[in-house]
Amino acid sequence: MTSKVAPNNRIKKFMFVNRKPPHGSIYAQEALEIALIAGAFDQDVSLAFLDDGVYQLVAKQNTQGIGTRNFSKTFRALKDFGVSKLYVERESLQARGLDAANLLVEAAPVAAQALAELMTRQDVVLSF
Amino acid sequence: MWAGRNKFVKLAIMVNGDPFTHQAAGTAYHFTRAALQKGHEVLRVFFYHDGVHAGTRLNVAPQDERDLPRLWRELGKQYRLDLAVCVSAAQRRGVLDSREAQRHGKDGDNLAPGFRIAGLGQLIEAAIDAERLVVFGD
Repeated sequence: MTSKVAPNNRIKKFMFVNRKPPHGSIYAQEALEIALIAGAFDQDVSLAFLDDGVYQLVAKQNTQGIGTRNFSKTFRALKDFGVSKLYVERESLQARGLDAANLLVEAAPVAAQALAELMTRQDVVLSF
Repeated sequence: MWAGRNKFVKLAIMVNGDPFTHQAAGTAYHFTRAALQKGHEVLRVFFYHDGVHAGTRLNVAPQDERDLPRLWRELGKQYRLDLAVCVSAAQRRGVLDSREAQRHGKDGDNLAPGFRIAGLGQLIEAAIDAERLVVFGD
């Protein structure tokens, strides 16, 4: 596949693996920033959420109490950057009592095994 | 892919841990040095998250302790590495070159020689051009 926006017209499969909750550290927000840039460069981007990373997609987040920027709405901007492949690990959701139907963006619940399989098909995997 | 046509591979390195608190940045340095010594090519070392602190010239390491920022500078000089510090992560953490400092009205700058400020696009480009992107972080 080629793209005028992609560096050297090359497109690679990028997967960003998110394992940390959204507001206890900067990793979730800064990882999302890379994902947006990768999308802007027309790359084939997937986002995986597992362990406490599934909390990043919980709906109705409100950070007013801690005075930080509520970057969770940026997940909805991913589509505008051509990024729509979001995966949440089923086991992580279940362990935390979360429901895939109640997330702030559409994300496909996948079993850990299937997620591992998906990872092997990527060209670049970044873990945060 | 590793045992392909060429004996040497093109690598890109991503350093997400700061030089003092976590070992990850030290491992990144040792890995990068070993790869270069073996003859592999390192297209870029991209510093993100707290990794940007590797680019300071103002750290003072106790005499008997490892001075990772200095080690990166020396490795960078020896192998003419592209040591790129992410602009947004660096701004947030107060790692600035003179141009950034001036632009944002700061009264000082601290980026070490041999490092440069770069956008996230440089990370994506490096990941595309390299055969492998190796990520170091906690």
